[in-house]
Amino acid sequence: MSAPTAPAPNHRPREAALRKPLLYLIACAGLLVMATPFLWMALSAFKTKKDLTASPPVWIPSHWTLGNFTELLDQLDMPRFFLNSLIVAVLVTVCNLLFCSMLGYALAKLRFSGRSKIFGVVLAALMVPGNLMVLPLYVLMNQMGLIDTYAGLVLPFAASAFGVFLMRQFMQGVPDELLEAARMDGAGEWYIFFRIVLPLVKPALATLTIFTFLGSWNNFIWPLIATNDPGKYTLPVALATFANDPNRTVAGGNGMLMAGSLLVVVPVLLVFAVLQRHFTQGIATAGLK
Amino acid sequence: MSATTGQAASDAAVTKKRQSARTPASRPARRSLGRHNLHGWLFSAPFLVLFGVFMLFPIVATLLMSFTDFGARNVTHPGDANFIGVDNYTQLFQDDTFLTALFNTAYFVVAGVPLTIVLGLLVALLLNNGIDRARTFFRIGFYAPVVTTIVAVAVVWRFVLDPSDGLIAGLCSALGVHTPDLLGSRTWAMPALIAMAVWRNMGTVMVLFIAGLQAIPTEVREAARLDGAGAFQELRRITVPLLRPTLLYATVITTIGYLNVFEEPFVMTQGGPTNATLTVSLNMYQQGFNFFHMGYASAMAYVLFVVIMGITVLQLRLMKDNTR
Repeated sequence: MSAPTAPAPNHRPREAALRKPLLYLIACAGLLVMATPFLWMALSAFKTKKDLTASPPVWIPSHWTLGNFTELLDQLDMPRFFLNSLIVAVLVTVCNLLFCSMLGYALAKLRFSGRSKIFGVVLAALMVPGNLMVLPLYVLMNQMGLIDTYAGLVLPFAASAFGVFLMRQFMQGVPDELLEAARMDGAGEWYIFFRIVLPLVKPALATLTIFTFLGSWNNFIWPLIATNDPGKYTLPVALATFANDPNRTVAGGNGMLMAGSLLVVVPVLLVFAVLQRHFTQGIATAGLK
Repeated sequence: MSATTGQAASDAAVTKKRQSARTPASRPARRSLGRHNLHGWLFSAPFLVLFGVFMLFPIVATLLMSFTDFGARNVTHPGDANFIGVDNYTQLFQDDTFLTALFNTAYFVVAGVPLTIVLGLLVALLLNNGIDRARTFFRIGFYAPVVTTIVAVAVVWRFVLDPSDGLIAGLCSALGVHTPDLLGSRTWAMPALIAMAVWRNMGTVMVLFIAGLQAIPTEVREAARLDGAGAFQELRRITVPLLRPTLLYATVITTIGYLNVFEEPFVMTQGGPTNATLTVSLNMYQQGFNFFHMGYASAMAYVLFVVIMGITVLQLRLMKDNTR
C-alpha cells in the first residue's frame, strides 16, 4: 500500500515506510466509526423481531426479511410522504435556480444604483437563523390559508441568500467582453441572461440544485409547524411523528423505524455518491470567498 | 455581522469606482446605465419580494410580538394582542425551565464546537497530507453523515443507544460491562447528543479545511521542512496559522448551527430526562406551538438571536487575522 514515493528530505525512509500503513489504518478505523450507524440501520431493517432483540447483538440477520417494510407500509402512507417531499423539494429547487441566479446575475454583471445595498442585504440574510421567523410566519400562513398546502411549504424557501451568494461568485467569472459583444449585437438583458450567462454557469447551477434539493428534503422544523394534516406530511415529519408516537407497537417497532429511516436516507446517499464532486466545490466556494 | 457586511459593501464600492473610472461618461454609456438600472431592479425583484414577505416582515413581527401577550386566540386575530412592555423578557429570566435550556444550549456549544473543529481538522490533515490513495473514497465516507436527513439519523442513533436492544448496550454487555441508559440519564443524555452532532457535522468542517489546506502553497511547506521543522512544528507554526480564515469561518458556522440545535433533542429525548436536554430552540417550539404562548416564545427567539449575534461578532473580533 505504501507507494515508494520520494521521501521528504528530513524523513528517514524506514520511518516513512512505517508511517503510511499506520495512517491508512487510522483512516479506515475512523471511516468504520462513521459508517457504523448506517450499517446498523441497513442491516436492522431486514432483521426479524428475534434478531432485533437478541443479546449480544446480531450484526448479520439470521433470516433476511421484508417484514419491517410491509408492516411500516401498512401503518404509514410512505408513498404519499415520499411524493410530498419530492414535490416540495422540486418546487423549491426550481424557484431557487431561477430567482437566485437572477439576482446573482444582477449583482455580478449589472451596474445599478442600490446594488451594493442589496448585496449587503443578502450577506445579512445569510446570518439570520430560521428560528427567528417561524412564529409570525405560522400566523401569516394561517391568515393566508396556506397551512397544509404545498405553497405554504415552498414559499418561505423559494429564494435563499446562500444561492444568491453562490451564483454571484460564479457569474463574476463570466467575461464582461462577451456580454458587451452581445449587447452590441442588440441582444436584450433577458436573452443574455437565459441564452449566454446561464449556460456558462452550469456547474454552479448543478451545485445549487443539489444543495437546495437536499436542504429541502432534509428540512424539518418548518414542515413540522406548517402541516397538521398527515396527508401533507413530508418524510422527516412523518418519521419523527411515528417515532415519537406512544401508541406505536413497541415490539419490532425498532425494525419498522430502521426500515423507515432507510427509505428516507437511501435516496439522499445515492444522489450524494453520484454527485459528490459538486458538494465539495460548493462548500469550498461559499467558504473561501 | 456588521463587520462582514461593511467589508463586503466597501469591496463592492471599490469595484464600482474602478468600473466607472474605466468607462468615460459619454452619452451612450449613460443611456446603458439607465437600462442597467431598470434591469438591475427587475432581476432583483423576485428575491426582494420573497425576502420582504417571508424574512424581513417575520423578523420585525417577532420583535413586536415579543412585547405582547400573543396567545392561541391571536393566531386568528393578531390585532387583538395586548402590549405588555418587557414583561415577557423579565419573566424569561425568572423562568427556571428557560434558564436550564440556556445552560443546556451553552453546554452543547462549548463541548460540541471544539470537538467538531479539532476532529474535522485532524481528519482533513489525515486525508490531505497523510494518505495519497483512495482520498475521494475516504472523503465521501466522512462527509456522508452531513447530507443525510437529521431526523432519520436521530432515529437510528436512538436505536443504537437503546438501553435494552441497542448496539452500544449489547456490545458492552457482551464484554461484561453494564452501561447506563444513556438517553435516559441526566448525566449522559447530553454527551450522547453531542457525540451524535459531532459525528454528523465533522464532515462539513473537514471539507472546509481540505479546501484551506490545498490553498497553502507547497513551497511554504518545503521551506519549513528544509529549515528542519518537524511534523508537529510544521502543523503549529505553518499549517494552523495559514488556515486561520478557514478556522474562523468553520467555527462561526458550527457555533451558529449548534446554538440553534433542535432536531436531535426533539427526536431523541424530547428534551428529557427532566429537561436535561431541553435546548432554547426546543423550549421555544414547545412554548410557541404546543402551548401557543407565542409572545413569550418570540421573546425567547430574540434572546437567542442576540446571543448568536453577540457570539459571532466576538468570534470575528477575537480570531481576526492579526498577522496582516
